Amino acid sequence: MNSLFPSIVFRSQSSGLMNFFVPIISIILTLITGSIIFVLLGFDPVYALYTFFISPISSTYGISELFVKATPLALIAIGLSFCFKNNIYNIGAEGQLTMGAIFGGGIGILFHDTNAFWLLPFMIFAGAIGGALWGLIPAILKTKFNTNEILTSLMLVYVALFILDYLVVGPWKDPFGYSFPKSRPFSESGRMPLLFDGLRVHFGLIITLFLIFVSWFIFSKTIFGFQLKVSGYSPKAARYAGFNQTTLVLFAFAICGAFAGIAGLAEVSGPIGLLYRDISPNYGFTAIIVAFLGRLHPIGIIFASLVIALTYLGAEDAQLFLQIPSAVGFIFQGLVLFYLLGAELLINYKLTYKKLL
Amino acid sequence: MSDTILNIENITKSFPRVMANKKVTFDIKKNAVHAILGENGAGKSTLVKILYGLLEPDEGNIKLNNKDFKVNSPAEARKQGIGMVFQHFSLFDSLSVKENLILGIDEKMSYSDLENKLQNISSRYNLPLDLDAPITALSAGEKQRVEIVRILLQDPQILIMDEPTSVLTPQEVESLFVTLNALVKEGRTILYITHKLEEVISICDTVTIMRSGEIIDTSSTSNQTAKTLATKMLGQKLDDLKTNYGHINDEVNFEVKNISCDFNDPFLTDLKNISFQVRVGEIYGIAGVAGNGQSELMDILTGENINIKSGSITFDSKKIEKYGPQKRRDLSISFVPENRLGHSAVPELSLSENILLSQFPENNFIKNGIILKNNVDDFANNVINDFKVITPGNDAKASSLSGGNLQKYVIGREISSKPKILIISHPTWGIDAGAEHSIRESLIELSQNGTSIIVISQDLDELIEITHKISVIYDGNLSKPFKTSEVEIEKLGLLMGGKNE
Repeated sequence: MNSLFPSIVFRSQSSGLMNFFVPIISIILTLITGSIIFVLLGFDPVYALYTFFISPISSTYGISELFVKATPLALIAIGLSFCFKNNIYNIGAEGQLTMGAIFGGGIGILFHDTNAFWLLPFMIFAGAIGGALWGLIPAILKTKFNTNEILTSLMLVYVALFILDYLVVGPWKDPFGYSFPKSRPFSESGRMPLLFDGLRVHFGLIITLFLIFVSWFIFSKTIFGFQLKVSGYSPKAARYAGFNQTTLVLFAFAICGAFAGIAGLAEVSGPIGLLYRDISPNYGFTAIIVAFLGRLHPIGIIFASLVIALTYLGAEDAQLFLQIPSAVGFIFQGLVLFYLLGAELLINYKLTYKKLL
Repeated sequence: MSDTILNIENITKSFPRVMANKKVTFDIKKNAVHAILGENGAGKSTLVKILYGLLEPDEGNIKLNNKDFKVNSPAEARKQGIGMVFQHFSLFDSLSVKENLILGIDEKMSYSDLENKLQNISSRYNLPLDLDAPITALSAGEKQRVEIVRILLQDPQILIMDEPTSVLTPQEVESLFVTLNALVKEGRTILYITHKLEEVISICDTVTIMRSGEIIDTSSTSNQTAKTLATKMLGQKLDDLKTNYGHINDEVNFEVKNISCDFNDPFLTDLKNISFQVRVGEIYGIAGVAGNGQSELMDILTGENINIKSGSITFDSKKIEKYGPQKRRDLSISFVPENRLGHSAVPELSLSENILLSQFPENNFIKNGIILKNNVDDFANNVINDFKVITPGNDAKASSLSGGNLQKYVIGREISSKPKILIISHPTWGIDAGAEHSIRESLIELSQNGTSIIVISQDLDELIEITHKISVIYDGNLSKPFKTSEVEIEKLGLLMGGKNE
């Protein structure tokens, strides 16, 4: 007789093919579960899924919006992959994004009446520095005091958000803004150039693609990328090889922070144009899902960012046309992550039913 | 037959590539301490895991009190009256002693029942315990006491102790022996697994000696000495030296002087004043039973651990004890640690990529931070060809290779750069005879070309076959060196068992 409950057993050989299919299977399971939820809410699942996933991108404008949302997600996710490949769990990208927006946006506010070609590059640079510095805090705490980076990086998110809050209601408040909690608008040369007239997709997309390419190059061609990979797979082997783990942790956090910071700056100098409280609908957290859905691979991350960006758009359309709260978007994101982790487990482990006496 | 509690008959258990138990047959008498003595890998653990329901034998029978005994889990074994105290404790550090005891027993019990039972056990067997202390606050000996009490709460007839003294201080060992004697007086039987000769003679009544999965002898300990036990445990080792050490001159090029290191960790062995010298072209062997400080010493020799308390390492008249692994490689020192997967090689990476773990100055693998893939691939192909590594190609993952092939590859990687020193731990551990032979051959060849080699190994045969000098590590102390061609095997056996005459 077999036991009623299965036990989880390590697989000696995991399938490479299944490894590739995990993201796809997760998305399919998400869609199935999503339609069940829609049915329970009393909607025709086909119509609901259409509203959620097809109608948002059935126009040029919709596709442009998809790229607007995917840009920060992809950029942060590729940054996160520097940390995740090294087995460092930086989940504070949202804070690093906010700090990037504050540093870069601060430059934009300082030069709000300047129009010069150097302004935007300067803001991008400042954004990268802000994000990198914010990312280095948990990195230094981890390397010096052996703190858990999951906790410190997460807590620093809220610190960053409160700093932004303070700035936009306090010192950086727009003097002509009727006391709304927002800053002055940046000057025209402090804004991301639009790629097409009348569409919101902006130069940040080009920066993102460029940085994804650079990251791919680092991961696959440089000794630094190799060291990240080795210390992620096996810290012991990294120690044997003599790689400096402290440096690796610091660099991974700094790069991730810089990318998130640029993403934050690209948001405020792109679609938004000024600083205010809600500059990011949790891009920094959602990018964690993007990074894993894309299996930490540059190409995978590009596709994953588009899929997850669609859940943002779908949630807005669902709110508009089905009158259901836009939080449904988060449900879909959660489902994807849930199935992803589940499938991941089943790649390396299998369920068996133990024999009983 | 009435005084026999356990009959073990023809137990055979094989794993891929090894036969861990070959027709193991012996009886255990009631009311006695029965030792199973053997080197690491002799098959002791496999046997007790079978008794405790953790492994299933391929063949053979076990009888407990003349009735067939077959269990599929430790819980069943406990129900039948067999308890086991493992070498590594399985306690929840953050919980108290009381909570750990309640969690650890199979039947439900209230705290007050538990306390009554405990008082009884504590006083009867010399096992004082502070029930409310958290486990983290306990010493290794006290933790072991918790483990023993946990088993005694279930009133076992047979108590299996796996290397119980390996983490204890001498005082704790003494107090453990008092407990064991009290248990035997009560009519219980103890199965005592060890590789320490002294302990067998001082507290065990009968001893079963195992070697390479087979029973060598079962006899009373009363007419045994440490010497006779050592000979049986190690077997007749062959003095079959194929090596010629005429090339060694008197120039010392690697010297370890008074290295001491404290770890403050019950699972690590502190190193005590270790000194040795290696001459150019010499193969220096360090023998010893596992867990006597070998891996701790290895980490210090490779530079993976540079936090030593005192002492120095000198190479080519440079002090290198504070150098990390890469800086040592830059001086042409090369290492092969004991574990292949995850230490000297990364299983998830390709053979080519694994080359990059260990770079020497003359390797031209990196330019401006960018990997020169062609050079790395060429190097990998050369290693594969020169050392006859069986693999589809340099892009195969390290995990796809058999142990012997991967070890040949790792050693090939390390010696292709013609290092001045090779430090290697357990070079042929867990690999087949063919690969073993070719690895030993390449080590001898390397030394004849002027490389000094330090070999740490538990395999005494191997050390005797290839080394020029040999010393023994026991509990973090290194013995003086002996000329391998002149040393008596019994002498080494005694030193390995911690007996220094």
